[in-house]
Amino acid sequence: MIQLTEEQKMIRDMVRKIAKEKIAPRAAEIDETDEFPMDYVEVYKENNLFKMVLPEKHGGIDANTTTLCVIVEELAKAYASAPQMLITTGAALHILLKAATEAQQMRFFKRLEQGTQACSFALTEPNHGSDAGSLQTKAVLDGDHYIINGSKAFITTGEIAEMHLVFVRTGGEKTKGISVIMVDKNTPGFRVGKKEHKMGFAGTGTVELIFEDAKVHKDNIVGKVNEGWSLLLNIANMMRVWGAGCTALGNAQGALDYVVEYAKQRFQFGKPIAGFQAVQFMLADMAILIESARSLIYRTAYVMDTDGESFKNIETLVCMSKCYAADVGMKVTTDAVQIMGGYGYTKEYPVERRMRDAKSVQIYDGSNQIQRVVVSRNLLG
Amino acid sequence: MINFIEEQLMIRDVTRRMALEKIAPRAAEIDETDEFPWDIVELYKQNGTLKLVLPDEYGGVGADTTTLCLVMEEIARVSASCSCIVFSTEALIHILVRAATSEQKDRFFPRLSQGDKISAFVLTEPEAGSDANAMRTNAVLEGDYYILNGRKCFISNAIVSDFYLVFARVKTLDNKKGISAFVVEKDTQGLSMGKKENKMGLRGNTMADLIFENARVPKENIVGGEGEGWKILAQVANQMRLYGASAMGLGIAQGALDYAVEYAKQRYQFGKPIASLQAIQFMLADMHIQTEAVRSILYRTSQMIDRGEGSAAEIGSLVSMSKCLSGDTAIKVATDAVQVLGGYGYIKDYPVERMMRDAKSVQIFDGTNQIQRLVVARNMLGIK
Repeated sequence: MIQLTEEQKMIRDMVRKIAKEKIAPRAAEIDETDEFPMDYVEVYKENNLFKMVLPEKHGGIDANTTTLCVIVEELAKAYASAPQMLITTGAALHILLKAATEAQQMRFFKRLEQGTQACSFALTEPNHGSDAGSLQTKAVLDGDHYIINGSKAFITTGEIAEMHLVFVRTGGEKTKGISVIMVDKNTPGFRVGKKEHKMGFAGTGTVELIFEDAKVHKDNIVGKVNEGWSLLLNIANMMRVWGAGCTALGNAQGALDYVVEYAKQRFQFGKPIAGFQAVQFMLADMAILIESARSLIYRTAYVMDTDGESFKNIETLVCMSKCYAADVGMKVTTDAVQIMGGYGYTKEYPVERRMRDAKSVQIYDGSNQIQRVVVSRNLLG
Repeated sequence: MINFIEEQLMIRDVTRRMALEKIAPRAAEIDETDEFPWDIVELYKQNGTLKLVLPDEYGGVGADTTTLCLVMEEIARVSASCSCIVFSTEALIHILVRAATSEQKDRFFPRLSQGDKISAFVLTEPEAGSDANAMRTNAVLEGDYYILNGRKCFISNAIVSDFYLVFARVKTLDNKKGISAFVVEKDTQGLSMGKKENKMGLRGNTMADLIFENARVPKENIVGGEGEGWKILAQVANQMRLYGASAMGLGIAQGALDYAVEYAKQRYQFGKPIASLQAIQFMLADMHIQTEAVRSILYRTSQMIDRGEGSAAEIGSLVSMSKCLSGDTAIKVATDAVQVLGGYGYIKDYPVERMMRDAKSVQIFDGTNQIQRLVVARNMLGIK
């Protein structure tokens, strides 16, 4: 199932090199300062990573799900925060490709070129997390413009995004009245609010977005008015296999790689702790969990790329991949800290950071509880 | 939900129908009586289930690892005990396909081609379980016969088999290289059976000791030559562990999940099906997620083996991971299935308590899960 094409292997090797040379050395510092890594932005721009989901005519590589998985996994192996801006951007661009008109695409893609190239994906609100369908940020048509009022919360990449893909209420109750609209960062009445001070996932620019009579031209509506919810269900949710899922997977693999080397070099009782079965079994269990998560994720990516299953089965696999990988990520990184003992608990070593970062994946992009709701709903009909 | 080829799907579907229609209705009775199910052997004969690995010219289909995994999974889904018959029989043929001389193939394959013969895989000894290399059963060449002495234990299909693949130490050598493989026929002089083990699960699968007291085995029945046994074992152990224990564990987990899902939809409490309660939904979701994780790593590994991909260490690790995760998942999912059914799950009118008892075996046989973890850890750490 994990059969990469020559091109995918090339991309993997390229990203692996970037991760090693540019991403990993900066991780501890970003974690400490929580400053948005504009140097990462430059590296991604140089290597065309923001545009990876775009077709070649728009400067991308037309990356399929497997390719995106490979890219995110490699970056997250170095640092879990690193791929987040690519994930939000990829998610927004993917929706534009599927639902925006040709003219809109030209306009938005051109606009993105003038800045960071990054987009945010703005769905969550302070009072609407898992229950996103009842979101309240309101967009009212006034002549040729929508006037938007409300706020979005926990918006990753929001701090530096050129444009924000925003879910707003344009119609009636619940999921029937939701639309998607592209909001430029320079929009009058729009501003970036307070930056969240988080346990982990530093440097991801997670902010509040505030709309106070923000005025956005109606041409910025993506897809049909009041049909934004179906874009979320049919397109966006499927991205969590390469976004959240591969973030957790890469982060876990990075933690395991680190403790394997540590266990070989840490001497106690006259021999490396890797010589003790108690430690060997912990490492084996970590490897088994990671490899099963990888198998599930790439199997899911494969069926998505080949249209090998019904929408429902793919949705189940995607939710399973996200939930399982996130739980595995938490378990593995916690055990990595344990193997390193007191050292693991200090900021001198990267594993406590990985443990803090891992926690986020159980929560974001649909909490693991929501994933279980979808899995059981599909299972039980 | 995995890309299988047409032929694999066909064999899976045939096996599934056979399992659901013919084996499932017998499963509880086989468990209760602990009697070997000869009617199931007849069923296997009709469906060619016991000769899938045989080459086409002998009536088989030259089944690959993925196909065998599918077959084992489907049978174990309704009766793990009945899948054991298929496992050790196909394993013996598999070893002959890989390591037998053409003379041996010509001699044995026509006898196996009716698909009605049962075989057993004979490795474990009372003092040589996880440490199989400590085996003491020995063979000495005298004229045209090897004379075997020793005792083997926990041998599945022991009493009912026609052929036994026996590992024994050829005496002149005392190191690892001395281990050799022999095909031993059931009526061999000097071969006898111990008492049938009374097991917690896998009931109906007769398990017993095999006792060799100057057992005379024709010298032309040695497979691969003296001292080649360990090498032969190494060649097929990975595949066997995948279509054996791993696929069986997956089948048990899937069977338990299937049953719990249907039950939860029909069991009313508090005025609605328990399937509508989140506490139950989340248990079922976790059972499903864990089962699919096993399926993903198992068939990823089987497909790599069938395509000849991966280094020996990679495949070894993936197989051990698949086996270990499958065993642990089977017991977890089956235990939770009993929980979902509550008091009904605990009684023998329902199949899930049997599945839970059967699942326990998967953590133990074909290399305990502890041995699998050792393999994974050693490969990862680069230690011996």
